[in-house]
Amino acid sequence: MRPVAAGADGDAAAGFAAGGTGRGRAAAVTDRTLSLARAELTLLLRNRTALFLTFAVPGLFTVAARGAVADLDLSGTGLSTGTVLVPASFGFVLLLAVYATLVLTYTARREERVLQRLRAGEPGAAEILLGAALPALALAVAQTALLAVAGTAAFHLAAPAAPVLLAAGLLSGLALTAVAAAVTSTVTRSAESAQVTALPLVLVSFVGSEVFVPLDGWSATAREVCAWLPMSPVMELLRGGWTGDLGAGGAVRALAVAWAWTALAAWTVRAGFRWEPRR
Amino acid sequence: MDVIEAVDVRRRYGTGCEAVRGVSFAVREGEVYALLGAHGAGKTSTVELLEGLARPSGGRVRVLGLDPRAERARVRPRTGVLLQDGGLAAELTVAETLRMGAGCVSRPRATDELLERVGLAGPRADVRVKLLSGAERRRLELALALVGRPEVLFLDEPTAGTDAEGRREIWRLVRESRAAGTTVLLTTHHLAEAEELADRLAIMRGGRIAAAGTPEEVTAARPSRIRFTLPDGVAPAHLPLSVPAAVDGRRVEIRTERMQEALTEILLWARALDVTLDGLDARAASLEEAFLDLVYAGAADDRDGEGWPGRTGYGGGHGNGPGVSA
Repeated sequence: MRPVAAGADGDAAAGFAAGGTGRGRAAAVTDRTLSLARAELTLLLRNRTALFLTFAVPGLFTVAARGAVADLDLSGTGLSTGTVLVPASFGFVLLLAVYATLVLTYTARREERVLQRLRAGEPGAAEILLGAALPALALAVAQTALLAVAGTAAFHLAAPAAPVLLAAGLLSGLALTAVAAAVTSTVTRSAESAQVTALPLVLVSFVGSEVFVPLDGWSATAREVCAWLPMSPVMELLRGGWTGDLGAGGAVRALAVAWAWTALAAWTVRAGFRWEPRR
Repeated sequence: MDVIEAVDVRRRYGTGCEAVRGVSFAVREGEVYALLGAHGAGKTSTVELLEGLARPSGGRVRVLGLDPRAERARVRPRTGVLLQDGGLAAELTVAETLRMGAGCVSRPRATDELLERVGLAGPRADVRVKLLSGAERRRLELALALVGRPEVLFLDEPTAGTDAEGRREIWRLVRESRAAGTTVLLTTHHLAEAEELADRLAIMRGGRIAAAGTPEEVTAARPSRIRFTLPDGVAPAHLPLSVPAAVDGRRVEIRTERMQEALTEILLWARALDVTLDGLDARAASLEEAFLDLVYAGAADDRDGEGWPGRTGYGGGHGNGPGVSA
């Protein structure tokens, strides 16, 4: 009954005549995704763990990191306390408010068999996963904006030198962490264990991708290897966005690495995401 | 027209266990069809294939003439699914859950009306799912299955976890759907439920269909049974050879498709020997016997098959069949 082709008036009329609602396919997809997102936002606001991860932890980590960053010798790096700390706070948001929160969300919905029921209905796989992720993603965007404003005021930062790179870094980070959360959820048995399974990527990124502090004193080889970690290009873009020190070549390379990781994660989800509980 | 079609369907899990081993049946338009069987008989595994949740490892499934996976965009707007277990987010309220469900279908029903119909309107609509009773939860799940005005309903153990009253409510809703022309495929391990709701049924066992048809057809194909206790001093060897008797200690059981002849034979034999047959009991096959026979073969005598739903009560939910522990 639902018109299959997108948007055209003829389809809408046909759908209406057939007792349908006369919407195009794209509109139906959007409606469904938003409907799922609305319910998920309600659930997020009712979950204490998710609320804490989303709203409190990134801010707390940023405050905690402040002392450590202030002690760093940043001479010759082109960085200041502010241009280290503000991108770091974005990293906290991506890893905790998006990644860790969504591992929890996907796992909880799977254990409740909500995902399985939705899979038996009209929404497609991408709609279900995106709908569940949208609230966390939207809150992350709002929070990074807030942290940017607060950080700029606190450290008297100049406006980002390369806002496009900053936006590209944030966008890449959101995509990467959301899709990676779906991958991690696949190997997570319960909402409780989500707090454990999310740790490896968070910790590796904190250290290896220089979310917390730059890799001072590491060997050149170690730094070269770490540059290929999933979150490293995202952090490069975020820092480069503030300082303007990332050249075109570096930016392209960073984007390529970030999206290669995202594509790999998306392929893994497509091939093996678990829709029903592990028993 | 056959709305649901399964042809020699098989399903093998990653573990190598084959849960569905060549199942074929067809459900006609507007019919209620029940898959009846014990736990592990392959009912849910079969239904999931028809719902399009899994791909059969062999055979063919069609819903409304379409492949429920490959042609999901055309099938899903016309089907409604009630999972065997769960599918609700615990922290959403009833109304929020149904609103989300309505937002996910092409032609949603008015949610207020639907809540009214499943008895969750008014103050219950604002209760969180985690605080609902098992029966209320089941009715909400049924409302979600109905919200898209489905032509085909898949109900996997629709009364699991409900009490006697909740069960009758669900039965009423299923009958209403049928009266509105909806085709229903349901699974159950309760004979009474299949008798109550189904136009036709298939009894499943070990991933296969053991018997199928209308309740009358299934019954007609089963043998009648005569039982008595062998009188003292009469050896089993003295039983008339013309009747197929099975002797267990002093208990004799005869299964036959010609009850009148067998019974005459036995009674004449008893009169000739001048003995009384204690515990003499002859009965035609009932659907219940067919069910117990096919589902719990060999051990039917020890089962309190009549315990559900009237007497010993209903174990509820996810337990085993009537008084059965296996």
